[in-house]
Amino acid sequence: MTVLEPRSTETLVSLTIDGRPVTVAAGQTVLDACSAAGVDTPTLCYAENLTPVNACRVCVVEHEGSRTLIPSCSRKAEEGMEIKTNSERVRHSRKMVLEFLGSGVDMSQATQLHSWMEEYGADPSRYGPDAERINEPVKIQDDLYIRDYDKCVLCYKCVEACGDDAQLTFAIAVSGRGFGARISTEYDVTLPDSACVYCGNCVGVCPTGAIQFKTEFDLRQAEQWKPEEQTITQTICSYCGVGCNLEMHVQDNTIVKVTSPSDHSVTHGHLCIKGRFGWTYVQPTINRK
Amino acid sequence: MTDLHLTTDRATQVEMAAIDAAIDACGLDAVVVNEGERLVRGGIHRANERRHGLLPALHALHNVSGWISHGGVNYIAERLGVPPAEGFGVASFYEMFRMEDPGHINDVVHVCVDAACQIAGADGVIVNLQAQGSTVHRSPCLGQCERAPATFTQGNQGRPDFVEADAVAVEGRIIPQQGQPQLRLLRRMGETNPESLDDYVAYGGFKALAEAFRLGAEGVLAELETAALKGRGGAAFPTAVKWRGVLGAGGDQKWVVVNADESEPGTFKDRHIMELDPFAIVEAATIAGFVTGARKGFIYIRGEYPLATRRLQNAIDSARAAGFLGERIAGSSLGFELEIRRGAGAYICGEETALFESLEGFRGEPRQKPPFPTTHGLFKQPTVINNPETLINALQILEHGGAAYSQIGTSGSTGTRLFCLSGHVQVPGLYEAPHGVTLGEIIELAGGAVGNLRTVLLGGAAGSFVGVDMLDLPLTFEDSRARGASLGSGVVKLFNDTTNFPAVVARIAEFFRNESCGQCVPCRIGVVRQHELVIKSAGRSMNGEREILHDIDLAMKDASICGLGHTAATAVLSAIDLGLIGA
Repeated sequence: MTVLEPRSTETLVSLTIDGRPVTVAAGQTVLDACSAAGVDTPTLCYAENLTPVNACRVCVVEHEGSRTLIPSCSRKAEEGMEIKTNSERVRHSRKMVLEFLGSGVDMSQATQLHSWMEEYGADPSRYGPDAERINEPVKIQDDLYIRDYDKCVLCYKCVEACGDDAQLTFAIAVSGRGFGARISTEYDVTLPDSACVYCGNCVGVCPTGAIQFKTEFDLRQAEQWKPEEQTITQTICSYCGVGCNLEMHVQDNTIVKVTSPSDHSVTHGHLCIKGRFGWTYVQPTINRK
Repeated sequence: MTDLHLTTDRATQVEMAAIDAAIDACGLDAVVVNEGERLVRGGIHRANERRHGLLPALHALHNVSGWISHGGVNYIAERLGVPPAEGFGVASFYEMFRMEDPGHINDVVHVCVDAACQIAGADGVIVNLQAQGSTVHRSPCLGQCERAPATFTQGNQGRPDFVEADAVAVEGRIIPQQGQPQLRLLRRMGETNPESLDDYVAYGGFKALAEAFRLGAEGVLAELETAALKGRGGAAFPTAVKWRGVLGAGGDQKWVVVNADESEPGTFKDRHIMELDPFAIVEAATIAGFVTGARKGFIYIRGEYPLATRRLQNAIDSARAAGFLGERIAGSSLGFELEIRRGAGAYICGEETALFESLEGFRGEPRQKPPFPTTHGLFKQPTVINNPETLINALQILEHGGAAYSQIGTSGSTGTRLFCLSGHVQVPGLYEAPHGVTLGEIIELAGGAVGNLRTVLLGGAAGSFVGVDMLDLPLTFEDSRARGASLGSGVVKLFNDTTNFPAVVARIAEFFRNESCGQCVPCRIGVVRQHELVIKSAGRSMNGEREILHDIDLAMKDASICGLGHTAATAVLSAIDLGLIGA
């Protein structure tokens, strides 16, 4: 979803963000309004191509008159709202969310979070070395992608992409409860035994590397993953007539992963197994075991 | 047949028969997938409307097999069109469902380990049961604190669930105040046969419904407004505002939901109402339907209340047979139906939006509000949701008039209130007193403390510990708020100076750790860190832990989705302030 300039026929909503007046179209969110005001907001479970689940709470803002903070990603902008994005309460909750995640989840590959943790002063170490962590082994069940739930922040994005918001396959869901909640297939069966169709849309939306291309995982294991050396080549998928845009990520003249832009009108960032994984004919002998 | 991908696990004939019976009882037939259509494309939306059959089907499966077998989930998936990964995800959310084959067919004895039972020797009960070879599950509060230590037995191989204490004939009074003339909400308890509609009618039953018909919807709302009735679940929201909101909401399908998922540790009032005066809930829910325009209601009862479930089912069936439910109720043009749904062990499902999700067949994860239930409740449709205590107050208001009702209690807290006394108290049990009675007076009503009173846990695990300097606190919404406490669900749990407070407070922290649904980060991880810090600092003075606990509390209060996170640190912090721990 791109933030559109309101058209004249649309109802407009005026509010203030940190005291600055902003006008957005009715139906747009507080997060949209923050963007319109030029305010950067950290988000984790939010994605423009998925329904907001407002679960991570890192995007919370202060709303004059509300007892609690509100999630900017899902709350619709309302006329006359007075929003604060940098108050002590906002900074505290954002810090704590990041600190909690850092204390229990392997955030090593969530590079964007590192800068936020610094910005908000999150210190996961203050819970001590005995603080319980997720501690899940990596699930390697096929050649296409791996699942490393030690890195899972339970943002629900993969579940949404597998289900209602994109693929309608429903191979994975949240199971368990509380800190023991995990993304899982039914009975934790392996992916090849599950309903998974290997569209890889869960990989595409994962913000922390918990679901990862096998190619990327292998290179990281070998300490050969070098995103700064990678180039991205845009092309159109050659398998059928839909016309999905592909971004081929190339390192050392080798395709290492495939994505699609989330704002692309055809894919909205989602692909099928052919576009996502069907490129090996380009380089049939590379990276295959 | 559906086009869902299923593992090769197949249900047994017994499992299929049990699941079929449960789904049939919900009035659901086979999932329809039109020709050329995939369930997951288009069909899934119709399937979602059928998912309210999921929890009853899981209960039925668990009851015959003793666990949520894979073949059983696959069969439910086919019957309801629920993807098996989602069926598994929903089942694994609930405490009462075992997800692994236990390898035996024993019933499971749930033993409460929360505060009242903890100090009454729950650990010893567990040791004894295990020595006898019983399969034991350490359970959160079972809502029987007045007869601690409490157990609940979950049947296996088709055997029914039961509470052993329910089978023991009570000698003397059923409730401590039984038969006292000033009683209003409790007046029938112990005096009438709760399974007899005739008894209910003879003791004033269905007079309020007749009065509601006479007054009309607006007239009832005017009486509720005059009475200034506020909800008794903890949030103290004006009932008339809620009902009026549903009446004024658009849409032709509206719902009444009775929130009988009473799970706040220390609370047993709604269980008493359901077990001892069940027709009152049927009558009050019917009035709520009449006023708001809802024609169907659900009573969501916590799964650990088998007697309440049976008595309410009997009340519904008897009322229907006598023309008090169904079409043309009591000769009027009103049609109203009630159906019971059982929870399966999840404190969070007492949160109203989590309850809707659970009832609809999804994981009991609360929704972000707004929108509110008055417009987006059950099935995203306008819904009036109240707990039993709130509902039966509406009967009082209609029987005596809102003006008379408003004279009871204080101007800010009208009417009488039910208090659940437990712990170190002489006569534990359910008590009724007008709002404004002091904490000390209600304790005296129950015969005083056992031993030297040190503190009272007021309002439940989501409430706070208060010291003996608070015995003069008038028990009203406004006075408790002004002094930093909360009436919550009416819990008054006493602890004398022999109590092992580090253990009691650690258990409260563990309770929240176990009961957080896991949806939002502040609560999911905050309650774990809180529990760790409480354990770490047990039996010694706190240093940096106090500051961190306050930081956790603030984030959970400000950034959690629902009330569980908002209140998860209240009791722990109050225990520190009172010097019960960390001093």
